[in-house]
This record gives sequence, structure tokens and C-alpha cells, in this order.
Amino acid sequence: MQIIERTNLDYLLGALKASEYDIFGPIARDGAILYDRIEQVADMPIGLQDIQEKGAYRLVRREDPTVFAYAAGPQSWKKFLHPPEYLLWKSQRTEKGFELIKNGEDGPKKKKLAFIGVRACELHAILIQDKVFLEGQSVDALYKSVRDETFIVAVNCTHPGGTCFCSSMGTGPEAKDSFDISLTEIFQYGRHYFIAEAGSAKGEEILNKIPGKQASESEIEARDEVLERSAEKMGRQLDTTNIKELLYANTGNSRWDEVADRCLSCGNCTMVCPTCFCSTVEDKTDITGMHAERWSKQDSCFTLDFSYIHSGSVRSSVSARYRQWMTHKLATWIDQFGTSGCVGCGRCITWCPVGIDITEELAAIRENQTELK
Amino acid sequence: MEYLELTLAKHPFFQGLPEKYIKHIAGMAIILKFDSDHILFKAGDDADKFYLVIKGKVSIETNAPPKGSITIQTVEDGEILGWSWIVAPYKYRFGAKTLVKSEIIVIDGFELRAECKKDHWLGYELMTRMVVAVAARLEQTRLLALDVYGQKRR
Amino acid sequence: MQESTNKPEIAVADPMVPALYRVDSYIKESYDTFTIGLRPSGQENDRATDWAQHHSQPGQFNMLYVFGKGEVPISISAGASGSRLLTHTTRDVGSVTKAMFALKVGDTIGVRGPFGNNWPLESAKGKDVVLVAGGIGLAPLRPVILEILARRAEFGRVILLYGARSPRDIIFKEDLKKWKGQPGVIVYITVDRGSSAWHGSVGVVTRLITQVRFDPENTVAMICGPEIMMHFTVEALKQRGMKGDDIYVSMERNMKCAVGFCGHCQFGPHFICKDGPVFTYDSLSSLFKIPEI
Repeated sequence: MQIIERTNLDYLLGALKASEYDIFGPIARDGAILYDRIEQVADMPIGLQDIQEKGAYRLVRREDPTVFAYAAGPQSWKKFLHPPEYLLWKSQRTEKGFELIKNGEDGPKKKKLAFIGVRACELHAILIQDKVFLEGQSVDALYKSVRDETFIVAVNCTHPGGTCFCSSMGTGPEAKDSFDISLTEIFQYGRHYFIAEAGSAKGEEILNKIPGKQASESEIEARDEVLERSAEKMGRQLDTTNIKELLYANTGNSRWDEVADRCLSCGNCTMVCPTCFCSTVEDKTDITGMHAERWSKQDSCFTLDFSYIHSGSVRSSVSARYRQWMTHKLATWIDQFGTSGCVGCGRCITWCPVGIDITEELAAIRENQTELK
Repeated sequence: MEYLELTLAKHPFFQGLPEKYIKHIAGMAIILKFDSDHILFKAGDDADKFYLVIKGKVSIETNAPPKGSITIQTVEDGEILGWSWIVAPYKYRFGAKTLVKSEIIVIDGFELRAECKKDHWLGYELMTRMVVAVAARLEQTRLLALDVYGQKRR
Repeated sequence: MQESTNKPEIAVADPMVPALYRVDSYIKESYDTFTIGLRPSGQENDRATDWAQHHSQPGQFNMLYVFGKGEVPISISAGASGSRLLTHTTRDVGSVTKAMFALKVGDTIGVRGPFGNNWPLESAKGKDVVLVAGGIGLAPLRPVILEILARRAEFGRVILLYGARSPRDIIFKEDLKKWKGQPGVIVYITVDRGSSAWHGSVGVVTRLITQVRFDPENTVAMICGPEIMMHFTVEALKQRGMKGDDIYVSMERNMKCAVGFCGHCQFGPHFICKDGPVFTYDSLSSLFKIPEI
């Protein structure tokens, strides 16, 4: 493990830029921490912290200039890996019918993106989406074109939020693998530095370009301590014991109707969730009717139309739709992709306008469950 | 007599009925072969017969102006043709006509009803079987009412 | 998870971009149902080895795109044994199928596919086959019949029970006549509502099951039609002694991508587009009991 002094952190971004990466990281805007292009460390939310509770989020100023003292904001890396809207293909009418217009060379252009500040939960979310888009029967061409060259600088959480429960889901607060570089921020006894670890050959290469000595034993100890404390600072917890069997056996539980009374089916949870991947396709023509485009658009299982067939929607009640989302996230995902769909980031709890808490709902069902056969 | 008894016993409606009752009912029954387009009864007629189809197709129909005569349902191999013989006021509520050559057991409904009144064991047994048949017909009719193949326009 | 029904090994390249095909034949089956036969656009001869017709198995479907209108998932209604063209039969029920209904021979159409798994023809070899079709559900089963007739000696008796809404909704009239005449093939047709010219059965298709003889231990059943009709058909077949493992249904859900990315077609843990549309009844029985799943 290598030490990067706070004053040398810009070398990281410099090295990435020199390797032709477009860099994306956290910024403070519109009262939240979002992900966007950054050029230097100063663009990041220095000295800011988030306070999160169900249905509530606000930023507060800290007394120290820590760089990563906050948890997950409303956006996640799916913003770049699986954009909420993108063009699939274009076509135009011809004398004989119509033809497809190719977008330059075959397939989407390859991109080189570097993500700074990927939390362990987000890292797991990216791996979860990899399973959907890269490891199924078909491969999503656009996702692959971006994901192939993604450089991940993970950041281990030192300040988990009020709605976090990654410990319960086994997805954090420490990023254990699948990153190129991981950073743990230490601000102690007048010193401000990062303990960096390379997780791949690419990561090693970049790290070698940043000045810094090897981490000493006491520095590594400080890191371990900080991460241990983080694991205990979770705002929420979720019992995953037999969670699949529990939810499969409780499709008729009265709790679904109870939560439906509060749920607005606004779909916020699906928008902020880093693993939610549902989309729809939209076909548009221009006013002449000569050109048509097909777009992929983000969608949510909370919409009435989502399950529409023939003359009605299969899930017409909000109760059925909430049940679908939660059961998919925590249970059927396991059968489909081998892992839970939930990474315990707590975004759905924070950004629900009526403050529905997935950990609370699961606990209520567990408490009042239908007889398990 | 033998053939009639065997055929009665084999018909799904009478399956498992004790032999003595089969023999008794055979005494008030006859097997008839009808040509196609033979009218068995009209709506409003006295329901004095209990028909069980061995093989063939009978149309239960009603007159519905302006459409004319329409088939509500067909009764086919192994099924029974209605229950008006045991439901007061014992009048057929629909008409019945064979659609193809059919072989049908025809039982004297009046006599069978009297027998049921006398022998309650038989009465209960036949009623039970009637209810099963009516329930099946009701379920089928409900499915028809759902119009599952209907126009699926948004 | 269900054990898989037969799944052909074809990788779908660039799954979201359609290939262009031309309408080569158009047949009106009834007042609202039509069959189109397609061949790849620009193919002057039959030597195309790579097109969807050669890979589409009975039970599979393609996403058909009408310029500017959108896409719909339609099952093939004839496999390689039935036609040299990529064949689909569908009803005019929405904006896309309405536009398709208006297509003419020579028009261009986009095709993505084939997707999904297929009817269990291999498992049915040496056995009797009971096919129960409701309404347009006869279309996805038609390739099964054509395939069986093409390899007649490999299968036992074939029983087709077909329910239509009314006599004028009956499709594939010529095929039905032909099939009736084949050795060891029984075809029973019933309608929900009769007409003055109709002298056939009137009533639900499930009732026909009590009328046919078959050995429930040595039969494979394939059912296709409205979900509720499939339920009652399964009930009736089970009452005859069939096991849920030998009964196959074709499921339908909202579909947008057909490749497991959009999430719309989920039925419990199953993606209808890639885990189905064909499933054994047993693999789904627990889901059927749950409303709005």
C-alpha cells in the first residue's frame, strides 16, 4: 500500500488525464453531491458531509478539509455506464422501403472513463449490472463499449450515512477487489493523506506515477481502525437470513397493502438505485415521416404501463408493483443473477418522498410473516 | 336389456352406481339413434325425458331475434342434456337438436323422478351427480362469459 | 429455477439492431388475422444460410419492426419444415399490428431474433402429443404440427384441440382440413359462440379434453392461448392423470428488448424472453397462484 499525501492527490488526476481518460467524480451542486466531469481535486466536495434520513438529505459544512467524508448521493455510476437515454439506431425511408443508418463505424465508439470516488457499495452495483449486461445470453453493445475501458478509483467509506446498510449486505464499507485503485482517506493528528492500493495492473501503472512512500505499519493500522469504525456506523441494518424464502412465501402478506397506502409509485427509488436497470424503447419519427429513430429510455417497474399486455396491466395495483420491486431487488435477483440486487447504499430510503424504508418493510414482513412451509 | 345396462353403466354420469339401480333405471330407459337435424325438444315442452349422449352432438339452442336460432352450447359424447327433468316446473327452457347422427340414452324422466321420491338413497345419489354436472356446465359457461379471445384493442 | 426446455445454440449478434426483411407473401386468415412470409431484404436467391428462418424453432419468436411505429414480439407460425419463408401470424390489435396488417408484398420490415426457447419436440418423440390452442394461440403451435407431420414416424398420435371465439375467427382453415385427414391425427374445433351456419361444437375448448382418448403417462401436452384458458386446460389435463412436468405452456408478458435487458417481461424470477416463452407447468405452478405477479 502506498501513501498519497493530500497535496499530491492531483497527481492522480494528472496521471489519468495523461493516459487519455475522461475523469468523472463527485461535485456539490443543487444541494447534493452528484457525479460529473472533474478536472482537479478542487472540483470535488471538499469539507462537505451529508446528513441522510428517510425522505431527507442535506449537505453540511465540516470543520476540516476532508475530501470524501460523505456517503452516497442521488446519482450512481449507472449514469455513465447505462445512460438514462441513448440512441439505439436510426432509419430512413427509401424508394424500396427503408434502411438503417449506421452511426459511423459498426457499434458505439469506445470510451475511456475514469471514475473517482466509487464506494464499495457502488462497486458491487457495477459488478451486479455487469452480470446483467455482459454476462447473460446477450451483450449490451453500448454498456460494453464504456465498461471495457473504465478505470475505477474506489474510495473506502469513512463516514457512512444515516441510511447506509452495506455491512448487512456484505458490500462494504471496504472495497475488497474489482477496482483499479482504492483510496482510504486518513485525517488524523494534523496529517491528511490517503492510503492507496492497486487492484490491477492498470492501477499499478497509474500509482507508480504518483509520488509517495510505502505505507508504514502504523499507517496501515490507522486504515484498518478507520474502516472497522465505519462498519459500525451504519445507519440501518437488514437481516438477510433466508431472505429469498421469506419473500417468496409472503406474496400475500398484508404489509404490501399497508406500504401501498403510502407509496406514490413515483419511481424515485428505481431512479436512484444503482442496480435498477429497467428500460424501455421509444420509436420516434420526424415530422416528415421520413426518418425514424429508436431510443432506449430508463424505465421503472412502478409505472402502470410497465406490465401492460392486451387490455390491461398485470400489476395494476400499487401494492403489486411495490411487491415486485422489493421482491425482485432482495429475492428473485438471487435466482436470476446469483447475488442480491441490493447493495445497501440506502439511496431509496433517503430519496423516497414519503420516507419508505426498505429495511423497515423487510423487518415488518419478517415479524409478521405467513407460515413458512 | 344387457346392452342397455352395460351402456348405462359405462356412461360417465352413472359410473359407479350400484348394479341394482342400473337395472332399475334400464327398465325405464331406451337407446335411440337419431339422424342429424332431429329436434329432440323445443323450449317450453314438458321436460319428461332425461337424455344422456353416448356418441354425437346435440345443440342446445334458443330463438333470439333478430339473430334467429343460435346454439348456446353443444352437448357431446358422455355428457348429459339438461336438468329440467328434475327441476320444477319440469319444462325445457331451451331447445335441443342433433347436429350429427347421435346415439342417445333416453330415460323416462317422470318415472325416474317418482323413483327418486320413493328411494331417497337413489334420489340423493342422482342429485349429487346432477350437481357435479351442473357445476361443470356452470364453470364452462363462466369461462365463455369471460370472452377470453375477445378483441384486445387498447 | 425450472429445468430448461430445448434451447437452440444461436448467438444473437448486436441484439438491438434489426435486420431488414421483405414481405414475400401475405395471407389474410380472417377479418383481423394475417400471415406474412418474409425473406431477407436484398436476397435474390435462396442461398441465404444465415437468416432467421433457418434458426427459428417452433415456439420461438421474433421482434418485428414497422418503420416509425414500433416493434412487437410475434411467434413464428411455420418453421423450416413448414415454409422456406420466415413466417408469422398475428392479429390486428394495436398500433404496430394495425400497421403490419396494412403491409403489402414487397414492403420492408425489421426483424430481430429468433428469441426464446422452443416447444419440446425432442421430449415428445415416441409419445402421443396433445395440443390445445385458444384463439391466436394456434399460430405458435402450428409449426409443431408441421414439424411432427414432416417426421411423422417419430411421434405417436396427435390430438389438436382448437377453440376460437366464433366460426369467423377460425384461422388456418385449409391446414385444419388437411391435418384432419392425416393418419393418427385428431382435430377437434370448438367455438365460444356459434352461428347459424355452424354445425360443430359450441363451448369451451377445455371440455374437449374429456372427449379424447390418450395415455396420460405417455403424452406430452402443449398449450397456447389466453392465460386463463391455459389454467383451466392444465386442470383438465391433470384430472386426466397427466403430470405437470409433461404439460408445457407458452407465456406472454410485456416485452421491449427480448434479450433480458429491459426487465419488462419478468414473471417471478423468469424472464419470459430468455427463460421462456415455453415452460413446463410445474416450473410455474407456484407463480400462477399469485395474483398480479
